[in-house]
Amino acid sequence: MNNAAGTLKRLLMLVKPQLPKMLLAFLCAAAGVGATLYCPVLAGRAIDAIIAPSQVNYADVKSALLILLPVIAALLVFGVLMSLITNKVCYRVVREMRVSLFAKICGVPIKTIDDIPAGEWMSRMVTDVDNVADGLLQGATQLFSGIVTILMTLVFMLTIDWVIALVVVALTPLSLILAAVIARGSRKMFSKQSLLQGSLGGYAEEMFGAQRVLVSCGAAKMAQDGMDKINGELKTWGFRAQIYASFTNPSTRFVNGLVYAAVAIAGGLSAVSGGMTIGAISCFLSYANQYTKPFNEVTGIMAQLQTAVMSAERIFALMDLQSESPDKALPAQEKGNGEVEFRHVSFRYVPERPMIEDFSLTVRAGMRVAIVGPTGCGKTTLINLLMRFYDVDSGAVLVDGVDIRDMKREELRSRFGMVLQETFLTTGTVAENIAFGRENASMEEIVAAAKAVHADGFIRQMDDGYDTLLLNNGEGLSQGQKQLICIARVMLLQPPMLILDEATSSIDTLTEHRVQRAFEKLMKGRTAFVVAHRLSTIQSSDLILVMRAGKIVESGTHHELLKAGGFYKTLYESQFD
Amino acid sequence: MKSLLPFLKPYRKELFIGPLFKWVEAFFELLVPLVVARLIDVGVKNGDASYVWRQGGIMVLLGLVGLCSSLCCQYMASKASQGFGTDLRGAIFRKVMSFSGAELDYFTAPSLVTRLTGDSYQVQQGVAMLIRMAVRAPFLVVGAVVMAMTIDMQLSLVFICVTPVLALIIWFVLFKNVPRYREVNKKLDRVSTITRENLLGARVVRAFSKEEEQERKLEAAAKEHERLSVGIGKLNALLSPLTSAVMNLGIAAIIWFGAGNVDTGSLTQGELIAFVNYMGQILLALIALVNLVLIFIKAAASGRRICEVLDTTPEVDSGRGESAEAADGIPAIEMRGVSMRYGRSGDNALDDISISVPRGETLGVIGGTGSGKSTLAGLIPRMYDVSGGEVLVNGLDVRAWDAEKLRQRIGLVPQSPTILSGTILSNVTLKKPDASEEDIKAAIEISQSADFVYSGENGIMREITAGGRNLSGGQRQRLTIARAIAAKPEILILDDSASALDMRTDKALRRALRERTRGMTVVIISQRVSAVEGADRILVLSGGKCAGYGTHGELMKNCAEYREIVKSQEAGENE
Repeated sequence: MNNAAGTLKRLLMLVKPQLPKMLLAFLCAAAGVGATLYCPVLAGRAIDAIIAPSQVNYADVKSALLILLPVIAALLVFGVLMSLITNKVCYRVVREMRVSLFAKICGVPIKTIDDIPAGEWMSRMVTDVDNVADGLLQGATQLFSGIVTILMTLVFMLTIDWVIALVVVALTPLSLILAAVIARGSRKMFSKQSLLQGSLGGYAEEMFGAQRVLVSCGAAKMAQDGMDKINGELKTWGFRAQIYASFTNPSTRFVNGLVYAAVAIAGGLSAVSGGMTIGAISCFLSYANQYTKPFNEVTGIMAQLQTAVMSAERIFALMDLQSESPDKALPAQEKGNGEVEFRHVSFRYVPERPMIEDFSLTVRAGMRVAIVGPTGCGKTTLINLLMRFYDVDSGAVLVDGVDIRDMKREELRSRFGMVLQETFLTTGTVAENIAFGRENASMEEIVAAAKAVHADGFIRQMDDGYDTLLLNNGEGLSQGQKQLICIARVMLLQPPMLILDEATSSIDTLTEHRVQRAFEKLMKGRTAFVVAHRLSTIQSSDLILVMRAGKIVESGTHHELLKAGGFYKTLYESQFD
Repeated sequence: MKSLLPFLKPYRKELFIGPLFKWVEAFFELLVPLVVARLIDVGVKNGDASYVWRQGGIMVLLGLVGLCSSLCCQYMASKASQGFGTDLRGAIFRKVMSFSGAELDYFTAPSLVTRLTGDSYQVQQGVAMLIRMAVRAPFLVVGAVVMAMTIDMQLSLVFICVTPVLALIIWFVLFKNVPRYREVNKKLDRVSTITRENLLGARVVRAFSKEEEQERKLEAAAKEHERLSVGIGKLNALLSPLTSAVMNLGIAAIIWFGAGNVDTGSLTQGELIAFVNYMGQILLALIALVNLVLIFIKAAASGRRICEVLDTTPEVDSGRGESAEAADGIPAIEMRGVSMRYGRSGDNALDDISISVPRGETLGVIGGTGSGKSTLAGLIPRMYDVSGGEVLVNGLDVRAWDAEKLRQRIGLVPQSPTILSGTILSNVTLKKPDASEEDIKAAIEISQSADFVYSGENGIMREITAGGRNLSGGQRQRLTIARAIAAKPEILILDDSASALDMRTDKALRRALRERTRGMTVVIISQRVSAVEGADRILVLSGGKCAGYGTHGELMKNCAEYREIVKSQEAGENE
């Protein structure tokens, strides 16, 4: 509970600039409710002037109705105003939350991005933000109008006839208790139902994803049996949950009917004994309808509020993640010609598993360093450290003689051109994607870069050539084609240093052969780090680091390593015989 | 939408009786204002307290009857809608399992999952609402007007004017906004697309120092979403206050004109109050009707998406029930002038391919990405149907084969391995649940999986999570190979299925296949020359066309394309 209070406090801070507007919305809500509730009073007063044939006091009817008209206008104006203001505040806060969540995504260390599944970020960004908006902002005004309605109705009723008012007050909790009892009873069924819905979805996801294999293995029948089992269970619990929950409405409606009847009887009896006018009964009857409604709504809103607070907690948990250390104040460093040094570097992803221990290496400008080894041996770790996606635990990485932690990240990264195994294309045209690193590039430069990496041919064959719109990370393109676009991107940049992290592993050898020639052109005179699992492409490297199970086990040139007859030789020979 | 009707058929009884009960409830609800009118006009006017009690009692009784019939209706609605939803989900699942690759590619698995779960739930809700509300709400509106007419024809003119105005306001706001909601959702999609891209491509974004630009992009998208949402909110803000205002104006009109009628004696005071009450009922019923319409709009859209699935006839049927045994002199696999094209437009993925693979021989297929290698693999177990020419297995056209029997004899190992949650054993025996222990052991050994299968704590009973995420890429590939071999197929197709294996394992795998699967016809598809050069024949594919067909030696002599591939892979050695 303490936690929830803290969350609410933070939310208030977030909404603070909007507080005056929120207060205004509350005022409008109160005014609107007041007007709405005053209508039956006026109608009742008019009805009291219409008793029987020849007993109609037109003047009284007229005066009551003349007050009614401006009251109706007021309920209209204040009602609309309240909605407008809440909406505006609500969506403003939604936008601000999304923008700052996104800024967080851009600001946290890569480690955090690697650690937290993308789906989690996504549901904070979309669903949880919506929940907070719906629950806390819309909900707050609704809750407020609900409470105001209840209080004002109570006051109005008490002023007209306190006995009948007490009857209403005594009976309405019945419907609330009934609703609560039903909700409590059905909770178990609903949680069981949503559990089953989840497992049905999960099962379908797995089976549909594996459909081809299931069909080719003749296992479709087996899959259907599994589905029927979950589906049957879902039917049982879904039915129980639905039937139980669907008793709420008729039951509360029945209780409301009881209240209504009680008011009619009590009002009637009071009128018989001359205590109450008939207009007052009419007024009471409409209150009896309205009085129970906000109670039922308030229960719903409370549930919504709970969801909202939980969503807000999840959002704040992400917002509280440590961002990367600020680097804006760091001085600009002089550009060197591309010397890199690892000085006694140690690093672990998780404290229990040593990754790199006391590793030192000096790479002279223009040198080409290859990192090889079996899949999953940690080849990418060095790249992660070099680009400062991760920080070393001890030791230092120096670029052109400067510790990279003393450099602005942007400055460090701008010195490298990087091509990764997993391709990343943004939603936009092919040309925009190639010019990702240099937006002001001319069309000629873009085409030249594409030509240099042999991407021009297939791009021209696409529907709109360079203006073809790419969606969903390049849907419809082959893995190789996507990679070529990414390579063209670096080609256009002509950075002083290069990082190729398994850049050609998803391209067929023929295309790779061509791309390799492009890389040769690009790497000339530049310091380059090449991670590869095909050894054919890196034999001309100045230095080959051989990694195995997270450790660098050998290093040297191709010929030195072959002569040494170690792990590299085994790897190499298994490839060519 | 017609395809959904058969699913309602078993629940005809509920669909008829349910609304009937609801109708009874609504009818009694409409009587209440009349009872109140009598209570006032007779009971209060005559000072008859016992009459007041009696009328009150009648109201409670009416409520009780209403409650009972309403509960009956809810029971019917739950029974019918849950049954309907369950049947529908079962049918969708069955349909998807009958799909061939073409339909799967068209729909995509995630969208099919959404249709099975989210969409079917919407339709199910729609059915429940149909039973519960479709009769009640319109009946209350019409009933209230009719009741008013029976009391005082002249005064009911107010109802006849006000009801359409209320309905018009509601419809206007609703229909103006429904398409705009779609726009808002599109904008929200844009926000999530940008977010997803930046999560998946975080390294690239940072390598290019694009954080600030991406933040600006998102802010623009979020602002756009805000603008449209506020726009919708403006119209929505009108709805409730405006209808409430119109209703109160109606009440004012009733009182004004009613005053004259009471004066002349054609209306009593109690009846006037009944009029006011009916006005309130109409508004409530109309609002319920709006919610109903919204649910139906959603359900209809979902229903259409489901029908799209149910109405799809799989391109590949289950065959004509024939089968053929392997026999000497008849090739195990034969393709005669085979062409294949995905969808209606575009280039042929395969063009005029003819091959013949005798029983027990090995065919190698090599070519670059997009050369049609996987298409060729899928045609043999009839995952797709050819657009031209024919594919024969044991001399029989695959379209004549009983599809299930055909696939039972062919082990296809696809490029990306698919592992199901369960155990290693359940994955290996997926194709043949009754495989013998020896066969399983042999399959695990041949596929080079023994080292990780038997080294683990639970060995072959080791738990596998969905998608095989607790296995490495290479381990997953080896398990899928083991799965195909364990079923002892006549034909084994390896579609680039060693791509995640390191060179040593790949080599050991090929040796084991050669030595331990005698009599099995093998198709090896790869980008690596080393994988196919030992095959009896090699097919070189380029852009879906046959660029060469023969042994390694023959191809080296007379196929330029093949020589170029070989050269590209030897490049390292010569430098």
